[in-house]
Amino acid sequence: MALNSTTSPFWRDVRVLRVLLQVLFLIGVLLLAGILYANMLSGLNDLGLTLNLDFLQSEAGFDISEGIEYEPSDTYLQAFWVGVVNTLKVSLIGIVCATILGLIVGIARLSSNWLIRTVAAIYVECFRNIPLLLQILFWYTAVILQLPRVRDSISLFGDVFINQRGVYLPAPEPTSGLRIWGVYLLVGLIVAAILYVLRARQLRQLELPGFRAKWALPAFLIIALLGWFLTPEKPFRLDPPVLRGFNFVGGISLSPEFSALLIGLSVYTGAFIAEVVRSGIQAVVKGQREAAKAVGLNESQILRLVVLPQAVPIIVPPLTSQYLNLAKNSSLAIAIGFPDVFSIGNTMMLQTGQSIPVFAMIMVSYLIMSLTTSAAMNWYNRWINRVRR
Amino acid sequence: MAESEFTQEIRPPKNTIGVLPWIKENLFSSWYNTLLTVIALGILFFLLKGVFTWAFTEAKWEVIPANLQLFAIGAYPIAEVWRVWIVLYTVCALIGLSGGIWGGLTLRFAVGIGGCGIVCAFLSMGISTLGWAIRAWVLGGVALLAALLFLGTRSVSVFPKIRRWVLVGWLLSFPWTLIMLRGFGKNAVLTTNWGGLLLTLILAAVGICFCFPLGVLLALGRRSTLPVVKWVSTAYIEIVRGVPLITILFMAQIVIPIFMSDNIRLDKVLRAMLGITLFSAAYMAENVRGGLQSIPRGQYEAAQAVGLNYPLTMLFIVLPQALRSVIPAIVGQFIALFKDTSLVTIVGLLDLLGIAKTVIANPDWLGLQAEVYIFVAAIYFVFSYSMSYVSQRIEEALGVGKI
Repeated sequence: MALNSTTSPFWRDVRVLRVLLQVLFLIGVLLLAGILYANMLSGLNDLGLTLNLDFLQSEAGFDISEGIEYEPSDTYLQAFWVGVVNTLKVSLIGIVCATILGLIVGIARLSSNWLIRTVAAIYVECFRNIPLLLQILFWYTAVILQLPRVRDSISLFGDVFINQRGVYLPAPEPTSGLRIWGVYLLVGLIVAAILYVLRARQLRQLELPGFRAKWALPAFLIIALLGWFLTPEKPFRLDPPVLRGFNFVGGISLSPEFSALLIGLSVYTGAFIAEVVRSGIQAVVKGQREAAKAVGLNESQILRLVVLPQAVPIIVPPLTSQYLNLAKNSSLAIAIGFPDVFSIGNTMMLQTGQSIPVFAMIMVSYLIMSLTTSAAMNWYNRWINRVRR
Repeated sequence: MAESEFTQEIRPPKNTIGVLPWIKENLFSSWYNTLLTVIALGILFFLLKGVFTWAFTEAKWEVIPANLQLFAIGAYPIAEVWRVWIVLYTVCALIGLSGGIWGGLTLRFAVGIGGCGIVCAFLSMGISTLGWAIRAWVLGGVALLAALLFLGTRSVSVFPKIRRWVLVGWLLSFPWTLIMLRGFGKNAVLTTNWGGLLLTLILAAVGICFCFPLGVLLALGRRSTLPVVKWVSTAYIEIVRGVPLITILFMAQIVIPIFMSDNIRLDKVLRAMLGITLFSAAYMAENVRGGLQSIPRGQYEAAQAVGLNYPLTMLFIVLPQALRSVIPAIVGQFIALFKDTSLVTIVGLLDLLGIAKTVIANPDWLGLQAEVYIFVAAIYFVFSYSMSYVSQRIEEALGVGKI
């Protein structure tokens, strides 16, 4: 009793200490921020700048080598937007390429074929351990810029041309037949949906595991193919690039900068994704496969019903962070002059001197990309894990 | 009847050892494996043929030995190179001593470094531009390492406290390196002259040494029960992780001078170090947080029950276990940091990659991009790969994943 009656001094009371510590921490952080802010104001004052975004409405005056429609007489804001779109473009295409490459190599590393396994391992170790910037510079200056000149272009399959000004592909152009084919596709989709539901109901009644799209998928493909051949005019016409004067005209052209960045990002991130895929598949214990075999599932059923459902939840989180890394690494574009958001932001900074607002804009763009991607992936992760909870 | 059943001989199993069975098992086990092998061999043949023809007939490798000094130390004045050697000797001495004292993995590491030194000294025979002095320096370093290794093995029994002193030595070697490399007075070598592999290694070492404690603090902050500390740490980690390193580096070069008051002037290398450290700390924090989350509640409660306060609990109970379980992730982060130091090229520093770019831009060596980049890539590869190799060995030695 006596022990309880002596109240401990306030500096030993955990509740007081907690509040006190936080207040002290907050004061420290605010003090630091305040000093930096004051310094910034005086620094900006010395440079003769004021902190506002008015400069975004003035004329940019610099040219951008590629991207959506833009004129040097457009505003800084429009120039910045061109950069955002370019970053998104190279990131999205890069993610698709890196995923395909990583999947193939990751599965190849588990192959029973020694040669395939070893080649895949060498690829992964080599490209993971060399800085991405070095790889991009290598692809750009040592490979793409060393390609033959326009007149001596390498041609593949007759319609694809590769030279030091980039890669030229034939572009598919929609024709009037597209509308008729669209009707076929719609019919195919409806038929496929009905067949899918029927098959699912049958499987449920039989209480069997099975591939629910077994009828729907072939049906859709047959109708789509029939449509392709039955329409009087083919839905798409290939528009090949043609050498006219000093350059190729028509088709889709990829600039050397874009190609180098895309190759560098895909090959580098592909090596990391391969490791993610491999460790995900290996994380499914061997007993699971053996048990599945014991209950009589065949190889494809084992993969589809036992291994993948357990491997995918393991693979998704690290895969997300690889995608985010790829998007952030696309900022290395500045080293080879591809006009992404960072490189255009840098030009804006050099021209206007407004480094702080431009930096804020660049950081906000990347943060929006990162946060939306990770939100989407978190949602997917929850969705895929829903059965377990 | 029955007897014949029992006496029936069983044929010995098919030979499964040897070259041919191995080839059959690993390359031609089924029709599609055979197909894959044939296709892969075909592609490999043409690829390797092209690469070898280029490497042995077309490539002009003279560019490498001619610029070896640039690659190694950049524009560091040749009259002051002895400072670099002293730093290397300090590190050699510490590695040798540690190897001798701790044995095991450390010993293997020390022996490996010594072996590399000898191999380098002999390989350099092929390069006529290098003087004998350099070989003597390298072999001297190896000799010092070996001598201290021997001394280390003997000293433990005589002077048990030596372990503590070697650790202090490692800590002190860090400021010693920076002071030694820079020097004072009129002979001082300004950081603008640091370059090549030297600068790359220094940036990496500084980054690794400072991002680790900062990362641990941030991780503890993010796991803190004090809301304000938690919010600030979380916001820092998420913002830094959301943007590319190159923005942070540019910001360190362009924005920090605006934020600094007039009487503080940070030089360019220091600002790059600051940027790399602040960036990596956020990633390090996430790795450490993963380890902290794996520690069961009972450990905290047990620590509280024996009367340890928060700092002591963290220092002696939680962190040792948490860090051990995330060693692979932490080393992976160190490797990433080492590779990321190449980004300082973009802000105009002459690290290994920056030197490569200047060599390529030199009119004497026009058109030799591939040779120079491949050489530099090989150096980066050797360092990163050996780091990941050491990490795997540490993992095995500590028995991570086994309880």
